[in-house]
Amino acid sequence: MNRRSGTGYTGIPPWIYAIAAAGAVFVLLPLVAMVAKVNWPQFIPLITSESSLTALGLSLRTSATSTAACVVLGVPLALVLARSPFPGQRLLRAFVLLPLVLPPVVGGIALLYTFGRQGLLGRSLEMAGIQIAFSTTAVVLAQTFVALPFLVVSLEGALRTAGNKYEAVAATLGARPSTVLRRVTIPLVLPGLASGAVLSFARSLGEFGATLTFAGSLQGVTRTLPLEIYLQRETDADAAVALSLLLVAVAVAVVGLSYRRPRVDAAPEGAFR
Amino acid sequence: MTFQLDATLAARGFEVSLSLGPAETIAILGPNGAGKSTLLSIISGLLRPDAGKAVLGGRVLFDLAADKNIWRAPHTRGTALLAQEALLFPHLSALDNVAFGPRSAGASSAAARETAMHWLAEVDAGDLAARRPGQLSGGQAQRVAVARALAADPELLLLDEPMAALDIHAAPLLRRLLKRVLAGRRAIIITHDILDALMLADRVIVLEDGRISEAGPTRDVLEKPRSRFAAGLAGLNLVAGTVSDAGVTTAQGMVVAGHHDGTLGPGQDGVAVFPPSAVSVFLTEEHGSPRNSFPVRITDLEPHGDQIRVHAGGLFADITPAASADLGLTPGMTVHFVIKAAAIAIYPA
Repeated sequence: MNRRSGTGYTGIPPWIYAIAAAGAVFVLLPLVAMVAKVNWPQFIPLITSESSLTALGLSLRTSATSTAACVVLGVPLALVLARSPFPGQRLLRAFVLLPLVLPPVVGGIALLYTFGRQGLLGRSLEMAGIQIAFSTTAVVLAQTFVALPFLVVSLEGALRTAGNKYEAVAATLGARPSTVLRRVTIPLVLPGLASGAVLSFARSLGEFGATLTFAGSLQGVTRTLPLEIYLQRETDADAAVALSLLLVAVAVAVVGLSYRRPRVDAAPEGAFR
Repeated sequence: MTFQLDATLAARGFEVSLSLGPAETIAILGPNGAGKSTLLSIISGLLRPDAGKAVLGGRVLFDLAADKNIWRAPHTRGTALLAQEALLFPHLSALDNVAFGPRSAGASSAAARETAMHWLAEVDAGDLAARRPGQLSGGQAQRVAVARALAADPELLLLDEPMAALDIHAAPLLRRLLKRVLAGRRAIIITHDILDALMLADRVIVLEDGRISEAGPTRDVLEKPRSRFAAGLAGLNLVAGTVSDAGVTTAQGMVVAGHHDGTLGPGQDGVAVFPPSAVSVFLTEEHGSPRNSFPVRITDLEPHGDQIRVHAGGLFADITPAASADLGLTPGMTVHFVIKAAAIAIYPA
């Protein structure tokens, strides 16, 4: 095999490359198939139809909101899970991660029995004049529910890798815990937090099952892009494919923009010694 | 205005009590796992002992007596910690790292930076102010870390082997720097290096198995070590036992003949101390009084300066390479260590 000069020993047996290539093809081929199926002359009109734009706008807004909610709720959760050992910690982690393995439909049903009109909290909320189920808020709740574990997992890992040595030093320098969190902990795990937020956003953007169950499919209110695609598929396959491609493009753009290599503080030549 | 500490932590077999004057620096010496870092963690509030009390300049840091249960958080203690690694915050410039303490104490950004600049200049790192920690060498980073600790204006500075991670060129520079900045300051420095203790500390405390095995002015401890660890640091052989008329008898029944000033009575605990240069190595037993001759098995041979150090039976001897070659010494051999009684000092343990 012709290797570029300056590359080192990788320790990867050659046959691994073959399987890795098969894996890559497995992921890419369906995308290619979809692109091949796109009705290009009609592409722009299809994705700029009113219902499409409404769905895309709703998707972006709700995903952004639920990502913010994930950060607000997920950062404290990750900190508690990573830093302070307490009884029942493993159990808490298991429950926080549950939505990762739960079918989204089940999540939607669970949310319905919590916030729905007859739900655990829903009844009290209803009396207070707040209705959540089948509203845009329900979409955000459903997305937050399924996306939260992504942020927690990725941030908890970053926190554990960073360790608490810097925090300890900061404390002995006189920084109160909130200052340590703001000036040391968060900046240190910022890459982990960012990638967690990106994963949460991507998961929110693709959310379907829990949204449909808990929020329904009301145009402009709860019908996000995945729901719109599913609906269009019944009547207009071309539109469904075009919208799917749009969703892929948005997802790729988000992930691609945020997953650039972390900036390394490259030392100028001769900076050492 | 002293610092007083009593602390026990059963899980680590730790039980230490010590005190420190207002401008005193003590060195903590001891083998790995002796509890040196535990000591600093307890003082700085990162680790909670089972029981004890600490007072720093009139402020109670902790008092775990059953009816008190006072525990100050680390950030309110005024005990800055400097570790083996510099641990500069990687996302802040050197200047902002040093300004971190003053900022946390509530200084304005401008005032904190001014203080930081002063301390950076104090450690000869003024020109590094704008650098990120990733652009600093180990020695530079540690200098900035010293400035950062001092800028927090600690009442007690805790140094955990600050030179250990530095290369042989950077360490002397930092040692000189510490000598300058520690003058007139209260500090506790953990070290493995006897030179640190000599240069930086007024007193040394030897910690072994979580307890203080020896304490005193640095020079006294090195000249008359009472613990095996201190003797090793001072480069001396030490045999502990019970004083008898002949000298010191060890628990194994070995008798070491030596001289003492007569204030020691038989039955007291005592130590026999002698330099490795006073030990001669013979292949056969040598008689002739007053001499000590111990059959020992060689465990190791290593170069030591221009001599060969022979480790055997927990003792060591320095002989010339020529002598070593003549005798054909190899590990595993049994030889006789012969020491003149006049070269052995005996004093109370």
